[in-house]
Amino acid sequence: MKLIVAIIQPERLESVMDALDGEGVHLRTVTNALGVGRQKGHTEVYRGVREAVNLLKKVRIEVAVNEEFVDKVIDAVVKGARTGNIGDGKIFVLDLPECVRIRTGERGVDAIG
Amino acid sequence: MHKSIVTAALLLLVPAFAAVAWAQDASGIDSGDTAWLLVSTALVMLMTPGLALFYGGMVRRKNVLGTLMQSFIMIALIGLQWILWGYSLAFGPDHWGLIGGLEWAGLVALDLTAASDYAPTVPHLAFMMFQGMFAIITPALITGAFAERMKFSAFLVFSLLWATFVYDPLAHWVWGGGWLSDFGAMDFAGGLVVHISSGLGALAAALVIGGRRGRGMPTMTPHNLPMTILGAALLWFGWFGFNAGSALTAGSLAALAFVATNTATCAAALTWIMCDWLFQGKPTVLGAATGAIAGLVAITPAAGFVGPLSAIAIGIGAGVFCYLAVAVIKPRLGYDDSLDVFGVHGVGGIWGALATGLFASTLANPDGTDGLFFGNAAQFGTQVVSVLVAVTYAFVVTFVLLKIVDRVIGLRVSKDEEILGLDISQHRESGYTILD
Ligand SMILES: Nc1ncnc2c1ncn2[C@@H]1O[C@H](COP(=O)(O)OP(=O)(O)O)[C@@H](O)[C@H]1O
Repeated sequence: MKLIVAIIQPERLESVMDALDGEGVHLRTVTNALGVGRQKGHTEVYRGVREAVNLLKKVRIEVAVNEEFVDKVIDAVVKGARTGNIGDGKIFVLDLPECVRIRTGERGVDAIG
Repeated sequence: MHKSIVTAALLLLVPAFAAVAWAQDASGIDSGDTAWLLVSTALVMLMTPGLALFYGGMVRRKNVLGTLMQSFIMIALIGLQWILWGYSLAFGPDHWGLIGGLEWAGLVALDLTAASDYAPTVPHLAFMMFQGMFAIITPALITGAFAERMKFSAFLVFSLLWATFVYDPLAHWVWGGGWLSDFGAMDFAGGLVVHISSGLGALAAALVIGGRRGRGMPTMTPHNLPMTILGAALLWFGWFGFNAGSALTAGSLAALAFVATNTATCAAALTWIMCDWLFQGKPTVLGAATGAIAGLVAITPAAGFVGPLSAIAIGIGAGVFCYLAVAVIKPRLGYDDSLDVFGVHGVGGIWGALATGLFASTLANPDGTDGLFFGNAAQFGTQVVSVLVAVTYAFVVTFVLLKIVDRVIGLRVSKDEEILGLDISQHRESGYTILD
């Protein structure tokens, strides 16, 4: 089992979700995140004083899957999130030792889907 | 002993005589009327920040400041336009029934201590400022149509042009001694001048500027409905100044308009949530707020001409017609009038202006006129014609103005700016932080 964590541009969320659905992956967790990467920040101005903002709004998607779905998820995220511009984001793939469905007590591979 | 009682009695009488003496001075100015009109002016002023909150809650987080700003800055922009030339165009000396002259531009030629023919018992300046608050909120109403995608510079230029070429002439036709008032159009507080004009302007704006990116996505839902409810409540509160203040006197007519305003609004809010319940399964809070605004809009032209039961009928009509426009018709036609300015102010304003021709009654206001249901079908015909005139004028002129501003400045923010949101792209600020 793997946990796939993708950091993407907020406005790409819809197309990533569509792409995941297209691969038959329907389960996911989505959170707001702030990130610093190579993408330049912007400045904000409050009462005439400039503030540099380099923490940019990002969306973090987490998908836990069985091995055979790992490439499908990666492809779907890349397809949905890529624009070719700096700041498109990254995908981290982590080993996932355990998964428990709270409702039934199922564990591991059976609990994921 | 005896003498002191007499003195005390006399002293008690003094304020009474003084009050009579002060109530009307030599120029005919009445202190009660003036006090009420000044309070009403402040009430109407509060509607514009109320509108800002009403709209601000319905947009996405990244556009909250941009949306609040579009209403808020109208107070400043049109507040100056009105003094410099707007009031003169709308209420200055009539030319051909079409427009006021520039004789009163800058208010230089006004007798600042006297009353006006428009409102003989209040200072001219008080009447001018009361009308100014109407001129301010009307272009602010339109902003809901192009929410989340209009360039701020283009927005300022458009609003100034709109106030000058749409609002001021219409106000002149209906209230400033122009041809629609001679024609007999009844518009107590602004069904034609405020709501049809902004509602049809909004429809033109939605068509010219096009829909928002990502429309129909789940992330397009309102970001802060408590803000919207607060805004709707402030609008309701301020509307008492708008409608009851339009009596221009502090007497029974103001009371009639006050009661009609509240009653219609109650009926419309309940009607809207009933429609929600019937068609969508649950009565929504946004529906209650929207229904209330629809009721306020529809009763505006009728407020000083109808009794309480007629107000209920007008409110129910507003709930039903505006609900249909927003929930059934708009999705079929597909234009992105983002915050339903046409559906609520356009449709509500048209219904209200027509309903005035149905329900107006000299039983409610002996100085008014009877409508169709009270034996005077001609008034309904007059209302139909005035609605057609206001609808056509507002739509066509707004459309042309937008095309010109689009050519010269460009109406819409760039794709990247739209994605980033108006707050950062237009104002370099964020409405909210994410981290505490
Ligand atoms: N090494 C990293 N560790 C954690 N988060 C990262 C890392 N690299 C990138 N990110 C996240 O990905 C986002 C995009 O990265 P960025 O360098 O701006 O663009 P690009 O993906 O084009 O290299 C960052 O804002 C940050 O949230």
